[in-house]
Amino acid sequence: QAPTTIKPADPKFDPTTPMKSATTYNNFYEFGTGKGDPAENAGTLKTRPWEIAVGGEVAKPMTIGIEDLLKFPIEERIYRLRCVEGWSMVIPWVGFPLAELLKRVEPTGNARYVAFQTLNDPKQMPGLRSWVLDWPYTEGLRLDEAMHPLSLLAVGMYGEVLPNQNGAPIRLVVPWKYGFKSIKSIVKITLVKDQPPTAWNKSQPREYGFYSNVNPEVDHPRWSQATERRVGEFSRRKTLPFNGYAEEVASLYAGMDLKANY
Amino acid sequence: MATPTATAGVDLRAGANAALASRWAKPAVFTLCLVPLVWTMWLAYTGELGAEPVLESVKASGLWALRFLLIALALTPLRMLTGVAGLARFRRMLGLFAFFYAAVHLSTYVGLDQFFDWPAIWKDIVKRPYITVGMGAFLILTALAATSTDGMVKRLGGKSWRALHRCVFVAGLAGCLHFLMLVKGWQTAPLVYALICIGLLAFRRWPVRLWRRKDPQAGTGSVRTPRAEAPRSGEAPAPRFPDGSSPARRS
Repeated sequence: QAPTTIKPADPKFDPTTPMKSATTYNNFYEFGTGKGDPAENAGTLKTRPWEIAVGGEVAKPMTIGIEDLLKFPIEERIYRLRCVEGWSMVIPWVGFPLAELLKRVEPTGNARYVAFQTLNDPKQMPGLRSWVLDWPYTEGLRLDEAMHPLSLLAVGMYGEVLPNQNGAPIRLVVPWKYGFKSIKSIVKITLVKDQPPTAWNKSQPREYGFYSNVNPEVDHPRWSQATERRVGEFSRRKTLPFNGYAEEVASLYAGMDLKANY
Repeated sequence: MATPTATAGVDLRAGANAALASRWAKPAVFTLCLVPLVWTMWLAYTGELGAEPVLESVKASGLWALRFLLIALALTPLRMLTGVAGLARFRRMLGLFAFFYAAVHLSTYVGLDQFFDWPAIWKDIVKRPYITVGMGAFLILTALAATSTDGMVKRLGGKSWRALHRCVFVAGLAGCLHFLMLVKGWQTAPLVYALICIGLLAFRRWPVRLWRRKDPQAGTGSVRTPRAEAPRSGEAPAPRFPDGSSPARRS
């Protein structure tokens, strides 16, 4: 089916980042901590065959292959991506809402959070040999965040198949949170009762909260989050609350102290 | 003592000393020290610095500041290990290059990364420990660079000059800490730099000599602060220092 573009970022203010930048400037520590490492090293990742095990508090747990995942109604979404390190991009993703997959497994009343896990194979991922994080990489969302129509499972970008260094064959994209929440190369999705542990939060809880919504008011202890530099631009621009998606997602956090729940 | 290896060693040493003493040695090292700067500028000019050229330049200059600082600190241990006395005359130049790259690092951060947003920069300095530590290292290097001339050695007097310039280790450790604190998680590279710095510091305390010679400086008392550490100044007396730190035949 032809991809349909919804929610385009205003090209005047948010011109799309050149594909070369988006595919050569990456954080994907499974392939090394340097920004260029993933593009250099991710060739060893085998994306076929690939399966995601979806289970936990669901009526119909299943293991679904990448071929079947590609049968979901695919669309293009142009999203801003804000890294916790203070840079940002605008990327045209190709994928489908995470909610579509979650609906299929029928979460039970006990399901309140969704836990995600990245592939953990040192043979394919040389970076796993370093102790920079407690592998495997894990992330999590509250169920309502996961069901939000903006939460995307991406299988491509720039109209092409997702490059390995960008999290092939399938990754999460949550545009109102810092980039590290958008977990790559997913092999496991588990619906759970309690807030699941997440990789960066385990590593440095003071710096990386479970929510990690883009918030210019809450500084990272080591760097300010008030501004960001769009990759390819020279001067910094102001960072927007929820990365500019406040209209869509602020209601998810009504009544919550976002300084305490950073 | 006159084993073939020892002789070969002496010859090598003599060769190295001769090369380092040549009048071309200093210009050559000076030019070499500028290579990282020119190379980074060339990459920036040709667009090869990647998606984030500003951050790349900040990173590269910071890394080279740290590298030059560690190289400068390694010269004395290297001299003691190898007996290549001529190394000593490059300490000041390499130390000054460490300061130079630190200054480039700071000015790219101020000018390119923050674009002279002084309130934001001030907030960074007081609020972000890694920037506070980095600024501390830079201030020390500035003080050392400012007092690096022969004239300043004379004015301060050898003893207090040496005491001041021992702060270079504080700057080195602060530079390593700055690097360790700014990366996400425990990464290998900053740990390696920190270990090298600690190793060099430990060497001052417990020096090792791989080769022995009759050397008035080799006595235990003078090892910790060997005379070689005295600046190449008018005050350092005779030109018969065997370690090349003598002022007379240099410069």
